[in-house]
Amino acid sequence: MNEPFLFPKWVDGLKPVVGAGLVCGVLYVVVVVTFGFAPTATDVGYMPTQPVPYSHALHAGELGIDCMYCHNTVDRTAHAWIPPTQTCMNCHTAIHPKKSMDPSNPDSEDKLSPVLTSFETGRPIEWVRVHDLPDYAYFNHSAHVNRGVGCVSCHGRVDRMEEVYQAERLSMSWCLDCHRDPTPFLRPLDQITNMEWKPDGDFDPATFAKQHDIRPSTDCSTCHR
Amino acid sequence: MATIPLEIDNTQDDPRHRAPLVTGDHDLGTLTETVSRVAEAPRAPLAWYVAFTISAGLTIMLGGLIGYLIMTGVGVWGVNNPVAWGFAIINFVFWVGIGHAGTLISAILFLFRQHWRTGINRFAEAMTIFAVICAGMFPGIHVGRAWLAYWMFPLPNQMAMWPQFRSPLLWDVFAVGTYFTVSLLFWYVGLIPDLATFRDRAKTRVKQIVYGIFALGWNGSMRHWHRYERAYLILAALATPLVLSVHSVVSFDFAVAQLPGWHTTIFPPYFVAGAIFSGFGMVVTLAVPARELFGLKHIITMRHLDNMNKIILATGSIVGYAYSIEFFIAWYGAIPEERFAFISRAFGPYAWAYWIMFSCNAFVPQLFWFRKIRTSIPAMFIISLLVNVGMWFERYVIVVTSLSSDFLPSSWGPYVPTWVDAAMLVGSFGLFFTFFLLFCRYLPMVAMAEVKAVMPHTLKRSAHGDGHAGGAA
Repeated sequence: MNEPFLFPKWVDGLKPVVGAGLVCGVLYVVVVVTFGFAPTATDVGYMPTQPVPYSHALHAGELGIDCMYCHNTVDRTAHAWIPPTQTCMNCHTAIHPKKSMDPSNPDSEDKLSPVLTSFETGRPIEWVRVHDLPDYAYFNHSAHVNRGVGCVSCHGRVDRMEEVYQAERLSMSWCLDCHRDPTPFLRPLDQITNMEWKPDGDFDPATFAKQHDIRPSTDCSTCHR
Repeated sequence: MATIPLEIDNTQDDPRHRAPLVTGDHDLGTLTETVSRVAEAPRAPLAWYVAFTISAGLTIMLGGLIGYLIMTGVGVWGVNNPVAWGFAIINFVFWVGIGHAGTLISAILFLFRQHWRTGINRFAEAMTIFAVICAGMFPGIHVGRAWLAYWMFPLPNQMAMWPQFRSPLLWDVFAVGTYFTVSLLFWYVGLIPDLATFRDRAKTRVKQIVYGIFALGWNGSMRHWHRYERAYLILAALATPLVLSVHSVVSFDFAVAQLPGWHTTIFPPYFVAGAIFSGFGMVVTLAVPARELFGLKHIITMRHLDNMNKIILATGSIVGYAYSIEFFIAWYGAIPEERFAFISRAFGPYAWAYWIMFSCNAFVPQLFWFRKIRTSIPAMFIISLLVNVGMWFERYVIVVTSLSSDFLPSSWGPYVPTWVDAAMLVGSFGLFFTFFLLFCRYLPMVAMAEVKAVMPHTLKRSAHGDGHAGGAA
């Protein structure tokens, strides 16, 4: 009872354990925060279920419809709009996939029915937004697609996606990567919607950047207005 | 060993014999007994319970107000455009300033072999740490979105965004952070031998183990003492430049800005002097009741208080000189805005605050020229309180007057604090005193090991040995 308390002998054995625990603990926190909280882990791959099982892989890939057939305001406004049901019906008044579908699959008949219902009632289809920037970030599509930044650079190979998912991080540093050095991401203006285009010898992005005066600013108010 | 009479006047300097730093009939054993009794008593004095209830209540109120602030937004404060800093920054600078006495006493006075520091250094260092905690809280909630306060630190992040390295606000983060870390280490290293004393005297197993863990297995061997004193000396050397640097950097928050009344080169030395001034004011405010309450009058003697009052007098005079030279330079510099800023301070809408500041800081401490006042407990207690009032108003004057009327009359605006501002200031005192009272109750308030080294018969013995006890104050 009145013996003064000193550390017992076995505490010496704890020293390396405590040391290793501290080092590993710090490393663990750093690794978890760096990779676990990164947008690559939290945002990339976001693929909400849409009200219509619409396949970009079929329409944009196999059938080769240009992006701007549906998203036709992308070169004129900030917002690349989601097409109204009427745009679907341009083709689908004549094409009824349920007739050509496998009749043994009960789901196949319903694929187009939300579109038809929407067309009859006039109620828009409630698409779920995939690429959703925060409200405090200003983004203008027309400023990018008219200056040589292609769809694929930010949206990935949409022509291969059955359902659209977020392919890139859309984080601030990701925006800044390009704003600080845009040349690797530039392409000829007639290749904007081409998902297959690769840099070739005929196109010199540095000259293009000079011709089009591409000097993206990186100050706060560029995006946070 | 000749006994020293209980009520000796040790404030006199008689060249024939050294004034004792510990009075009363103390030997090493009774000193340990006196200091340990405070923490070992089964019940604290009634005054402790009363004070603790009030402080803890205020701390809870502060917590509630911080919650209210975060849920509602900084609009609950009186801050506005142009006066965007308000009470939060005033309180920050005030509390950082309070924190300066501890390190000055523990580091600079240690390097200068001022033996009288031993009686007061432990609780002055504790006070420093608690004051810096109070200070650090305010910028954290002042940023508006408190959950993003970690943006103050340069951490790699997905936004590729860094704090502005050219901004003194970032230097402040490092200055105050370093200061807190070094002060805490210094305090803790000094505590180790005394914690071991507490451990050895503890009657319950829980206390033995808790004090034992924090005493880090101290056994008083020669090797331990050797390493301890090395570590203490190194930390003192590290802490010494911090005493000067921290408040210099805090003053850069103002001086680096272009605002009239802020943009002056006198700020760093003037802020450091003011910080030491207010810090010693707070030490006296705390020491006077503490020595009374816990029976430490023979350890924190009149000589200690007298010495601190002399420092208050010296630093108060520096502060008063700085106030005056600011006016001279404003006139001599011939910049209309600068001249206006100072005339407006002294005679404008905030003249009441300016004159509270000026009289409390520059005039009142001049009373300490009189020995009678320097050694009068009620007088020094009141003066030390006025010093703290004055130093709080100094920050109020600097922050509010310059911000509320800068270059353009069209952008002038008055500042009126709200009840939340006032209650948070009171709450920060609650937080400070809660920590301080817990410290008084559970930790050795006086650095026993160090005081023993400067007790009369110890000094006499070492003087015979190697002539080491050169300059006891």
